[in-house]
Amino acid sequence: MAVVTYRDALTQALREELQRDDRVFLMGEEVAQYNGAYKVSKGLLDEFGPMRIVDTPITELGFAGLGVGAAMVGLRPIVEFMTWNFALLALDEVVNAAAKMLYMSGGQYKMPMVFRGPNGAALQLGAQHSQAWESWLAHIPGLKVCTPGTPADAKGLLKSAIRDDNPVVFLEGEMLYNTKGEVPDGEHIVPLGVAELKREGDHCSVITHGKMALVAMRVADDLAKEGINIDVVDLRTVRPIDVEAIARSVQKTNRAVVLEEGWEICGMGSQVVDFIQRECFDDLDAPVLRVHQEDVPMPYAKNLERAAKPDAGKTIAAVKKVMYLD
Amino acid sequence: MATKVTMEALSPTMEEGRLVKWTKNEGDQVKAGDVLAEVETDKAVMELVARGDGVLRKRLANEGDASPVGTLLAVIAAPDENIDSIVGSAASAAVAATPPQPAPAAQAQSPTQSQGEASAPPPQKAAAGPSVTPPAPAQPRPVPPRPPAAPAAPRGNGSTQPGAPSAPGGRQRSSPLARRLASEKGIQLGAIHGTGPGGRIVKRDIENAKATGGSGRSAAAERLATEGDFKDVPLTQIRKTIARRLSESNGPIPTFFLTAEYDATRAAELRTQLVEMGDQYKVSFNDIVIKAVALALAEHPEVNAHWLTDKIRHFNRIHVAMAVAVEDGLITPVLFDADRMTLWEISEKARELAKKARERKLMPEEYTGATFTVSNLGMFGIDQFTAIINPPEVGILAIGGVEEKPVVIDGSLEVRQRMRVTMSCDHRVVDGATGAKFLQTVRRYIENPLSLII
Repeated sequence: MAVVTYRDALTQALREELQRDDRVFLMGEEVAQYNGAYKVSKGLLDEFGPMRIVDTPITELGFAGLGVGAAMVGLRPIVEFMTWNFALLALDEVVNAAAKMLYMSGGQYKMPMVFRGPNGAALQLGAQHSQAWESWLAHIPGLKVCTPGTPADAKGLLKSAIRDDNPVVFLEGEMLYNTKGEVPDGEHIVPLGVAELKREGDHCSVITHGKMALVAMRVADDLAKEGINIDVVDLRTVRPIDVEAIARSVQKTNRAVVLEEGWEICGMGSQVVDFIQRECFDDLDAPVLRVHQEDVPMPYAKNLERAAKPDAGKTIAAVKKVMYLD
Repeated sequence: MATKVTMEALSPTMEEGRLVKWTKNEGDQVKAGDVLAEVETDKAVMELVARGDGVLRKRLANEGDASPVGTLLAVIAAPDENIDSIVGSAASAAVAATPPQPAPAAQAQSPTQSQGEASAPPPQKAAAGPSVTPPAPAQPRPVPPRPPAAPAAPRGNGSTQPGAPSAPGGRQRSSPLARRLASEKGIQLGAIHGTGPGGRIVKRDIENAKATGGSGRSAAAERLATEGDFKDVPLTQIRKTIARRLSESNGPIPTFFLTAEYDATRAAELRTQLVEMGDQYKVSFNDIVIKAVALALAEHPEVNAHWLTDKIRHFNRIHVAMAVAVEDGLITPVLFDADRMTLWEISEKARELAKKARERKLMPEEYTGATFTVSNLGMFGIDQFTAIINPPEVGILAIGGVEEKPVVIDGSLEVRQRMRVTMSCDHRVVDGATGAKFLQTVRRYIENPLSLII
């Protein structure tokens, strides 16, 4: 297996799918001549030309709508948002057009398209540019939402997303583009809606997704030194969500901590806790705890930003609390 | 903080216990887990252990006294702690002749047991038939809340704050998992000290309770509850009608009896040969019968079953109980997975269980959890008899003595060793032909005893 960056894994997925199906095209701000704001589309303009790799004006609502129209007539657009913070301007097309088209047309129009771009806080980008949107988007029936945390998952899930006939929201980690990991050679597909057990242990389940999967794996390694072995359940897709994998793990460990990048209220973690209380009530030995961003707009000051973010230390404290070790 | 020592339910069916002997004196320093007294339950003599640390300040029961479960027997407290109110409350409760809490112990019992007022002695079960009642779900016993093991310090992260101490007089807290485990193991939650926040009973407390000799049907219950070890069969309409009509006709368990006479000549020869090989090979007729029954049950899951009112449960594992006479009754220790034991393993285990039974040292998990029972009165010179089914089991096999009889074989008279067995069948589950086929299989094994040792 080759070790590649998260960024290159995404580029591989785009290239392979552009080669595989000539209905697939990429559109967004700076994706063509500039090779993408985060260089995910590097080299694709040269290889596939301006009909397949399309630069757009700075009009998120406009080009998202173009994508919806293209999907309605049989193309398979990939719409890149420079970040999901900018995609708020396009949510009418994502939520009201793409997510509802199959339903409201009585099945006449499929919506085989992907909305992708970086999500979540990076470093000191301020309150407006440091937000994780998965709970907003996972709320919407009609959408599928992917949150890959590793290069292998990024590649495998993006290929599945492009081949899916439904609108898929694909949330990349802004801080993940430079991370490296092994990616299986050749055709590598990760099905939507299937979680992965990234670490195995009997003492506690940490259920997470996206960038926080890396934090959870670090937590697992740190706790292992203290003799505490945890399951790390990486949801990978938060809609549809792999309830069976969650239940299987919690029924084994009897304790759970749910870790996410976003805010507490109505966060993805609330939904996971709801599944746990329903599926695992008689298996629980402690209340399920959540680790998430503090309930404030992301501070700009470096020290405050660090304090506001969920991290390994907070997660370890929560694991010990549900194990009654604190 | 004083710890009350109460009469605990030390067997699944115990309603009262007799204090046989105090093993600690007033003034003795005691630690949680120390044995305070020996208590005779309805099944065995068990140890009553301290549930807290301190000095055994006051003993409120005398040796020989019988007390209902829940009765205050003693108080453990600090040397200078005032325990007058605790002792006083026990005294006034005794005068009023009603306990302060509703009679705890077993709530859901077999129909033969009525729910006695705690002021009157609970009815003793008749000693006819195997005396083990099916394990009833343990009922949590209300007790005063215990102090938290350590003050629960509030912590910043996480939205839930589970550490609020329980209010005095509030209910005892326990995690859902702890409640489930306690119920499965037959452990009374009230007898357990919670070490979680606010005194919450958590998984480790149940595990520790087991390790320190908490009461329970533990292993046996687990054996019967393990997923995949049984198959539940929904009741068909015809089954329901059979069950209802026959119960109306013939008591709560509509029993019928099937008698067969087996030729035990070869089994007797085998036994003689084994005896000649030396003591380590010696087996009894009873061992041979148990092995044969266990192997036959494996072929007839419809007999290796429990009647559960709304369904029939066929077990994939074979746990054969054997009735053992003891001084003042009988008890049915269980040979678990008897079909997988060799004849000699059965022999050794049966001897050990019978010895423990006579010494009244059987633990609850050793006499509960059977899927079928064998009762043997051959050694008393009984030719044949009928045994009473031990519900929720659906059959019991009564074994008569082996004796020489004249038998006509192929037109000529021969002297053969013969043995009569009678199976009592619960007709709600086992029909005549079903039982008869099972007895045919038992015959095949008994009359071809080599199959029991290869």
